[in-house]
This record gives sequence, structure tokens and C-alpha cells, in this order.
Amino acid sequence: MEFLLISFSKAVSLVLGFDRELLHISLLSLKVSGLALIIATATGLPVAALLGLKKIPFRGLLVSIFNTLMGLPPVVVGLFVYLLLSRSGPLGFLGLLYTPSAMITAQTILSFPIIVSLCHAAIVGVDPVIRQASLTLGATEAQVAAAIIREARYGIMSGIIAGFGRVMAEIGAILIVGGNIAGYTRVMTTTIALETDKGNFELALALGIILLGLSLIINAVLHLVQKKGTIKR
Amino acid sequence: MSLSLKIENVWKSYNREPVLKGCTYSFDKGGIYALMGQNGSGKSTLLRICSMIEKPDKGIVSYISAGNVLEQDISLKRKITLVLPTVGVFNDSVYRNVAYGLKIRGIPYKEIRERVCNILELVKLTHKKDQHALTLSSGETQRVGIARALIIKPEMLFLDEPTASVDTANTKIIEDVIPEMKSRGITIILTTHDQLQAKRLADQLLIVKDGKLING
Repeated sequence: MEFLLISFSKAVSLVLGFDRELLHISLLSLKVSGLALIIATATGLPVAALLGLKKIPFRGLLVSIFNTLMGLPPVVVGLFVYLLLSRSGPLGFLGLLYTPSAMITAQTILSFPIIVSLCHAAIVGVDPVIRQASLTLGATEAQVAAAIIREARYGIMSGIIAGFGRVMAEIGAILIVGGNIAGYTRVMTTTIALETDKGNFELALALGIILLGLSLIINAVLHLVQKKGTIKR
Repeated sequence: MSLSLKIENVWKSYNREPVLKGCTYSFDKGGIYALMGQNGSGKSTLLRICSMIEKPDKGIVSYISAGNVLEQDISLKRKITLVLPTVGVFNDSVYRNVAYGLKIRGIPYKEIRERVCNILELVKLTHKKDQHALTLSSGETQRVGIARALIIKPEMLFLDEPTASVDTANTKIIEDVIPEMKSRGITIILTTHDQLQAKRLADQLLIVKDGKLING
């Protein structure tokens, strides 16, 4: 118990003292996951809108596939990206393996189906009368689509935040494709695993505190967004 | 300025069940027409077809201005509007709901603000300007729907049961607005189940019966 308390107090002092290594690891985590999320949203939201607003062939099948992919095991994604980016792989010539770019690629693949599925659910959940109301007010097809997406904004934001939560806490994929190189591809989750193996619990716990704090902030934002979107009638 | 509408032999079926069976009528510009009929008789279907948010299975819907039949493009669609019975307010403030039609037409912000204030005054909702539209009563929601339609200065206005499930005070406000719209040269076609209301407001009473449109 005493050992735990000592480790915890050292971890807290590392966090409060803005330890340089801790800060670097945390910022890299945010950068990798943030960029992955931006790419996944920029590509996933149009796909969700297309699936939700247009009658395209195999729409139901595609939605089912994206729903299934929401539970993609990170290690499988890591393995897939590794095979793509390894020297003998089809994209090996890019030399991206064991770089932050490889980690961003893996996390984008992981969060893309989450963004598509949750944003699609938000868009199809909009009352059909909104479409009719926009049309009666003289909206063009593009303006109708914009009105529906705007109406689904709280659900869309929830989807994006859920995607961020997933990639921030993920370890399997980035460990495989990033290689956990100190000062270059070492992020919060991979550091926690490594430092725990080494018995250096202070740094692992300090990162755990930051990760939990971030999780708490993400959930608080999610709660606020959902609360704002649920107006009492 | 104002549009007239001519429908010829309009047919519409849902699940192979015919609702409209050859409706024909000419709605002159500047008049108020009240459509009556039993639930499911096809009144709302006829309004949706006339307002071009639904297509007929058969028949012709023509809008005429200055003797010319107009092309059914976005420019014509922006001259007519339909207030749905459920309105369909956006998850936003009353102000933003009412401003929507002007915003999508690219009207400058300053003009939007001025026009929204004027219209909200007409439907007596100025004090609710910043309130969330989803928190309004059904009568107020209906008035937001009417304000949202009126602000775009339509030449033809369709009102689908504008006072259904609305209390007496709100009905009075809505009924006062309708002749005011007529005085602005707007052609109005409304549906109602209230015969007295139809007689009070309309120049011409029409009945949808057995899929046909007949003079009341």
C-alpha cells in the first residue's frame, strides 16, 4: 500500500511539475490522435451524409459493414497498416513505418468507421419533417442536406468525441506501427505499457492520471453536447 | 405579381390505393380557398402536390403569371410555400427559424434582422425571439411556421390545418394574420375541419370527396 502511495505522490508531482518528458509524450499523443480524428472526420462525415441522405446502391449493406468495423481490434488494424507500410509492403517505398504518420494512419482507420456509423445514425435520426420544411421554404437539395446535417449536429459531435476517446486510449495499433521510439513515436499508452514493464511506476501513473483526466474532459464535453441537443419539449 | 394555379386531372395513389382521382381546378390569384373533407380524403396530399414537394402520379400542375405558364424550377419554388401541420421547426431559436428562408436566399444580415422583427410582431412572437423553438407551445409553433413562411414574401401560400390542435387565443392570432396576407396579394389555400372558420376566412369553399375536388 505504501509503495502505491509513494508512486502515486511521485506521479502527481511529475504532473504538477510539468515534467518535460511527460509533456512531450502527452503533446505527441494529442497531436497523433487529433490529426487522425481530423482526417477521419473530414472523410467520414461526407460518407455518413451520403449514406444518410442519398439512396445509393447497397446502402444497407454498407451501413452494416461500417457498424461492424466500429469494433475493429486495434492490433488487427496495426498489423494491416504494418503489412502495408513495411519495406516489402505495397506502400513500403514511402518509408512511413515507425513514424508518427504511420500512427496517424492506423488511428484514422480505427476512428473512420466510428465517425461514419455514429454520424450516419445522427443524420438518419433527424425528423423527416425537417427535410419537407426546408423544401417548402425554397431550399435547394444542397441547402436541404445542410439543414439536415445542422439538425444532426449534436449527434455528429457526439460521434466525433466518441471517435477521439477511442483513439486516445488505443495502444495495439500504434505500438505495432509506431515502434514506441523514445522522443519520436512514444505516446501515452505505449509509455504506460513500457514503464510498467520496467517497474517505473511513477511515470506510468503520471501518464495514467493525464489520460484519465483527458477521458474525463472528453466525457464531460460529450455530456454537455448531448444535454444541449436534448431540449425539453 | 401574384400567381394563379391550375390543376388538371391530378391523380395520386399510396400503396396502390388511389387518394386523388382526377382533381381539376383553377385557383385565381389573390383569393383565399378553404379545402374541407374527411381525414384521409386527400386534402394534405393535394397541398403537397400543389406546393411541389410531392409529384402527382398523373395530371398537370401549372403556375401562371401574367398569362404565362411558369417553369417548375427553384425560382418558382421560392415564390410558393407550405406550412405543414407539424411545422417542423429547426432545433434552434425562434429568430433563426424565422430567418432561415432569407438566409438560404442570400439576403444581407441587416435586412434579415429587420424583416424577422417585423414578422414576429405580426404573429405576436416578438417576446419569444430568442427562445428555443422546440420549447414553444403548439400554438406558438404554428405561428413560427406562419412567420417563417410569410417572411419570404410568397405569392402563393398553402396552410395545412393551421389551427388544428391550437387554442382559441392562438387561433384568433392566426385567423387575423390570414386576411392581412390576402391584402398583400398572396393567394392562400388552406385546409380545415372547421366549417365556420372556412366560411369566416375563405372566398371559396372546396370539398375533397371521393378523390375529387368539388365546390362547397
